[in-house]
Amino acid sequence: MAISTATKKQAGLTGNSAVAYAMKQINPDVCPAYPITPSTGVVEEFSSYVADGAVETEFITVESEHSAMSACIGASAAGARVMTATSSQGLALMWEMLYIASGMRLPIILTNVNRALSAPINIHCDHSDSMGARDSGWIQLYSETVQEAYDNLFQAVRIAEDKDVLLPAMVCLDGFITSHAIENLTLLEDSEVQEFIGEYRAEHTLLDTDNPITYGAMTLQDSYMIFKHQQSEAMARAKDVVKRVGKEFGEKFGRGYGLFEEYMLDDAEEAVVVLNSAAGTTKVAVDELRKAGRKVGLLKPRLFRPFPFREIAGAMKGVKAIAVLDRADSMSGFGGPLFTETRSALYELEARPKVVSRIFGLGGRDFKVKDAVEVFDELQKIKKTGKVETLTKYITL
Amino acid sequence: MKTEEKRDLPRGGVIDRGGSAAEYSTGGWRKLRPLLDKDKCTNCLICWVMCPDSAIITEDGKMVGFDLEHCKGCGICAVECPDKVKAITMEEEAE
Repeated sequence: MAISTATKKQAGLTGNSAVAYAMKQINPDVCPAYPITPSTGVVEEFSSYVADGAVETEFITVESEHSAMSACIGASAAGARVMTATSSQGLALMWEMLYIASGMRLPIILTNVNRALSAPINIHCDHSDSMGARDSGWIQLYSETVQEAYDNLFQAVRIAEDKDVLLPAMVCLDGFITSHAIENLTLLEDSEVQEFIGEYRAEHTLLDTDNPITYGAMTLQDSYMIFKHQQSEAMARAKDVVKRVGKEFGEKFGRGYGLFEEYMLDDAEEAVVVLNSAAGTTKVAVDELRKAGRKVGLLKPRLFRPFPFREIAGAMKGVKAIAVLDRADSMSGFGGPLFTETRSALYELEARPKVVSRIFGLGGRDFKVKDAVEVFDELQKIKKTGKVETLTKYITL
Repeated sequence: MKTEEKRDLPRGGVIDRGGSAAEYSTGGWRKLRPLLDKDKCTNCLICWVMCPDSAIITEDGKMVGFDLEHCKGCGICAVECPDKVKAITMEEEAE
């Protein structure tokens, strides 16, 4: 909860509290949820808002995450604005329903507090949960800080419900590191939130008995592929909507958002690509190395689905050596998911940089400034010699 | 399906009106065909109540036959037809 309120809009909140507070301000129609570490706080605090009458939300307690997402789908098909939150095994148990939500084009909003997947069992942060869901047709926004998680949630509503998109969206933040750490952040007024997100009016609703509709009908060889094509095009269009909404958010509230953040990247010759909280740690390393005259930089993707491949390639033009740090392993023998996609995006460049994969921080393993510095030192060597000794490997082991 | 029709398919596969299942012919799935013996039939309409595909055709409250465009040949009507009556029998489509 709030630690201090120096000004009305300033608060010290954990990531979970900030997300729950954002949900309170959004005041969704329906929230089916099943608590799981480390996102429990979101569901717990939001259920308090429901019990206190602070929101008008119908809160549905369910027996599993599979049921939570099923209820989200039903409510969304009925025309409601729907939100939920989960982590790790919870997201894994939703798997089957994630695809149904996106295939039915239902703009459900899910907060995923990133946590490792079993086995062995672990409750701490890595991105194997949301990375596993990367092909499920959900938009994915990643958040470095509590402020970003809070801001991303409002934007996710706008992006998902945009008539050119109509896809579910997932806002990801790091378990414990961001979800349980208290950070100072600037809050919006309830009225500002309501004005920004607007009212949601679904084109179809299952509850309109005068105009009966069917969701989830069988489609065979003659039509299934057409619906997948429509979905694919909507996902591609989402990129521009993310940009537009991020810009509008900046104009209204002073904190603009793009597809990714570039940190000291303009003249950088060595760069790191990394998601979420580890980007903050890497920025400190960049600052230190810049002081020593090193041309280092960082690219922190915010939007991972759809993947802004062209823009990332454009931002990386001129960089000589790149390390893509993944907090998840694809178990493909070819590095992490962020690595394979980033490297593929850079293939279009005339002067292709050397790109290596480094897996770090699995199961909440610490990633420190010295670890980022070591990565940059390795990149310096690659730049000098033009040779990559190890394409993929684990660091922080 | 024509290209224009494909483009107009409703987003997410939503069927935006009711009763459209009638346009989909499922009679081709049938292996067994129901046959009605009009002389035995008492028009109790238990078959009409029980048919899962609404494939029993009635006129003026009387059983007159089967909608073979939609009947899948499940045989429920033949089973449900009262033992004393047994006006419906199932025959192999091949015959």
